[in-house]
Amino acid sequence: MNISAKGKGFRELNEAIAASLHKDPVVELTDVEGHRYIGAGVGKDCTIRIYGTPGNDLGCYMDGASVEVFGNGQDAVGNTMNCGRIVVHGHAGDALGYAMRGGEIFVEENVGYRCGIHMKEFGEARPVIVIGGTAGAFLGEYMAGGVIIVFGQSDEEMQSPAAGYCATGMHGGIMYLRGKVPPENFSSTVVVEECTAEDLAFLQEYADTFTELFGRGPGELHAEDFVRVRPASARPYGNLYVRN
Amino acid sequence: MRYYSSDYIVLRNEERCIACGVCERQCANGVHRKDPDTGKMTADESKCVDCQRCVCMCPTRALAIRKNPNEFRDNANWSMQAIEEVEKQAESGGVLLSSMGNPQPYPIYWDHILLNASQVTNPSIDPLREPMETKTFLGSKPDRLEYSKTGKLLTNIPPTVELNSPIMFSAMSFGSISLNAQKSIAMAAKECNTFFNTGEGGLHKELEPYADHCIVQVASGRFGVHKGYLDRGKIVEIKIGQGAKPGIGGHLPGEKVNYEVSQTRMIPEGTDAISPAPHHDIYSIEDLRQLIYSLKEATHYRKPISVKIAAVHNIAAIASGAVRAGADIIAIDGFRGGTGSTPTRFRDTVGIPVELALASVDQRLRDEGIRQQVSLVVAGSVRNSADVVKAIALGADAVYIASAALIAMGCHMCRTCYTGNCNWGIATQKEELTRRLNPEIMSERVANVFRAWDHEIKELMGGMGINAIDSLRGNRLMLRGIGLTQKELDILGIRYAGE
Repeated sequence: MNISAKGKGFRELNEAIAASLHKDPVVELTDVEGHRYIGAGVGKDCTIRIYGTPGNDLGCYMDGASVEVFGNGQDAVGNTMNCGRIVVHGHAGDALGYAMRGGEIFVEENVGYRCGIHMKEFGEARPVIVIGGTAGAFLGEYMAGGVIIVFGQSDEEMQSPAAGYCATGMHGGIMYLRGKVPPENFSSTVVVEECTAEDLAFLQEYADTFTELFGRGPGELHAEDFVRVRPASARPYGNLYVRN
Repeated sequence: MRYYSSDYIVLRNEERCIACGVCERQCANGVHRKDPDTGKMTADESKCVDCQRCVCMCPTRALAIRKNPNEFRDNANWSMQAIEEVEKQAESGGVLLSSMGNPQPYPIYWDHILLNASQVTNPSIDPLREPMETKTFLGSKPDRLEYSKTGKLLTNIPPTVELNSPIMFSAMSFGSISLNAQKSIAMAAKECNTFFNTGEGGLHKELEPYADHCIVQVASGRFGVHKGYLDRGKIVEIKIGQGAKPGIGGHLPGEKVNYEVSQTRMIPEGTDAISPAPHHDIYSIEDLRQLIYSLKEATHYRKPISVKIAAVHNIAAIASGAVRAGADIIAIDGFRGGTGSTPTRFRDTVGIPVELALASVDQRLRDEGIRQQVSLVVAGSVRNSADVVKAIALGADAVYIASAALIAMGCHMCRTCYTGNCNWGIATQKEELTRRLNPEIMSERVANVFRAWDHEIKELMGGMGINAIDSLRGNRLMLRGIGLTQKELDILGIRYAGE
């Protein structure tokens, strides 16, 4: 079913989406202009296709739905998302995937600051964020689980896939970055190392999915183009305190 | 070598001690030990935290714990505590860690406020014989009510919750306290028709039967937050700050994240659970509004959204912002509020007393004409029913209690929760300790406190000639100050005793 967001506030639009999903598991939204909370808490077997620019907190607390954005995403895409998939054909803003616990987010182009902040994993759930372009500062801050992949496809020469303060406070999960990252961009509490053949096979799967989704992608991957980032300790602040 | 002495000494009445070894078995800190050669009990006092477990359990009442009489040379500036804290840091280089509420001798304004009673006119009421209402509704209230010509209510009433008495149990996460402790409080909340609060540790499946009496918390770490969790809670509370540690986050060390805790927090076993200081999607009042409305959207506008903030210097302006951001309830946590763990410097020096914060927030919201849009809940620390009555008269809709509930379960405020060795089975995840707490018995003790306070509130109200808590709310004429400056009276909005 198609819903035009024109003239609707976010509450009205989200009510219309909920009513529509009740009848038809696929809903298509047009004229979306910064409407917030689209897909909030929506469960599995639902598909939301968005034309325009959805507002902040797209897919927050999402619980299995599939969301595809033909346009750019704003801040906090997939905030505290539990499972499902979000695909953004364009750029996305800050704090993408904040505290997400499961599911996948694919962004064709670049993302802003603090993406993947406090990402988690739990049991079978292992969230994955795939970024086609580059990421702003504080990528994977406080990261406690899951996977962040940055393909680093950029129009600009020598653009680092991740800006400064990358992986600050990281204490779980793993990050793969394609391209040259200046060493000073990393927090001192992480280990930056080479990718293994196993890693490469894992990454190639996501590269292929990326190409399928966007009709373009990083092609055949080479292990030497990537660095793997993991926490040096699961307890980065373990020795900070003294009993008083 | 350690440059500082033990805080306590163990006094053992040798004539009474039968060397039964109960004290040794009860002490997880390893203070007591039976000497294999003499057969007598001995004590390593350096490990004692004065939790009183051995004293209470000793069958012959042979034990007492005293402060170590050892003294440093008198110095009003460099107190023994000040010196020892430097020594601890010289040894470790660590941040000093403490637990529970601020123990420093700051003014306790509750104790400088006196209640009124009726004499001659406006006769007092006896709650044993006359109806007395302490029922409280929390949530946003509409500005006005509109009816159709046939008397049908047209106004859309925002979601509210009902409490039997204006007392709720404050946030304590599974992780900071044991599941048995949480369950005791949850059962008491159900029995008393009030609410308990999950803290930011998620809702354990064994607590789901009490979900109708549950406030679920969403904090910066978003632990355990998922659709089902939001659906189960009756109130969703955004935790911005905590009175015991305003401005910083929390940190549950990996050793406390056992299998059960990991299941509720929804994180892997053994990993640190770090709650960052800020919510990373909140940098402004507008952003707070965004989070409030994301929760309203996710819960279909069916639940009140609470915002918990620590009492800090600009609390009135912050609270006003939170109301305008769409909060249905604001919980203000004063600087004497408890915690499982906080840096000493934060606990003892950051934030302001909740009495002053409450009075200024209530006044500010009234001045701005938005007081009805929100319910005010105050915490940190409410120690008895008189504190509750004073809080209500200063403008609170309800209070949160936590330390008092823990005391009902055996806590003696030794303030070493962060060690995870709580001998009362409260602030620990060690199975051999948590099984000391029987939720059936403990919930009754907690409920007893609630019921006793509720009755005392009715007695105090009756004495003032007031038969409904709503007539007491914000009724500052029932309060008088004693031993306060004019400035303090002005902020509290009360007159001096005798005026």
